[in-house]
Amino acid sequence: MKMRRQVKSMWIEILIFALLIATAVTIATLRDLFAAAMLSGIFSLLCACLFTLMDAVDVAFTEAAVGAGISTVLMLGALALTGSREDQQPMRVGPFVVVLLTGAMLLYGTLDMPSYGDPAAPIHKHVAPEYIAGTAAEFGLPNIVTAILGSYRGFDTLGETAVIFTAGVGVMALLLGRRRRRDPLDSEAPCDDTQGGSV
Amino acid sequence: MRMREKVLPRVAAKAFIPLILLFGLYVQFHGDFGPGGGFQAGVIFAAGFVLFGLIFGLETLQQVVPWSIVERAVALGLLLYGGVGVTCLLRGGNFLEYNALDHHSSMHGQHLGLLLIELGVGLTVAATMLAIFYALAGRERA
Repeated sequence: MKMRRQVKSMWIEILIFALLIATAVTIATLRDLFAAAMLSGIFSLLCACLFTLMDAVDVAFTEAAVGAGISTVLMLGALALTGSREDQQPMRVGPFVVVLLTGAMLLYGTLDMPSYGDPAAPIHKHVAPEYIAGTAAEFGLPNIVTAILGSYRGFDTLGETAVIFTAGVGVMALLLGRRRRRDPLDSEAPCDDTQGGSV
Repeated sequence: MRMREKVLPRVAAKAFIPLILLFGLYVQFHGDFGPGGGFQAGVIFAAGFVLFGLIFGLETLQQVVPWSIVERAVALGLLLYGGVGVTCLLRGGNFLEYNALDHHSSMHGQHLGLLLIELGVGLTVAATMLAIFYALAGRERA
């Protein structure tokens, strides 16, 4: 029964990978940027399905909400400000060769990696057994991911939160400086303006 | 703006937004037990508000969640996270050693610490996503 389920999930994985490739090729060939933005959302949703199949539900959540949800909306917002059609560009061979070479090198690199789900892989041998045993004993929590992110790797997560904070502050500094300039009542405007313009 | 007059998106959004926000809260506060955590919850929460903004207009959304709240929440989340760390220090532990939060039961201290830092992460993430949306959607075409 378990074997049968594995075979079935393998076919689903192959189907999703095929759809991913089809979506990626379509995005690359499309000139209509609106359709490309929507397709990139679909691409993220397919990735989320793949992560769910691999039992990485946390990553799937993030991918679905960020990739398929918010970044598609932001992309559409950017398109509303610019234009929704890509300019005709001549076909260039150089970049295409670079992309092909990089892809081939990445594929070559995966040959050296342990196979998916291999219990003897180095990542399962190092600190993971300690985390798995410690989560139940020290925290009494069933979710090992939360225990690792919040407690074992609390410093990393603090750093990540600081990165997100910095991103938010950076966007405010860059995009809101201009709006303040239009407001005649705001006396700080010239100062904001130079900061927004210099980057 | 024309979106506001379309019946189907309006009705669908009205049905879905409370569910999305509720699911965000569930992922936030149930993250210790089920899948998810502060980051996922923050993004889901923000996605609910972004959907509201798309359907009912940016001005309406900014009346619900004013810019001043978003601006403060971005910093408040990180401060809450760091504050938990400093509290651990003051109570005699190491930085971010949640055991120190409760001297009677280290497990309870860990639970409290995780809950608070996840809340901090969720606040910062949700507010940052909204801030980026506000900043981008509020711009006029150059």
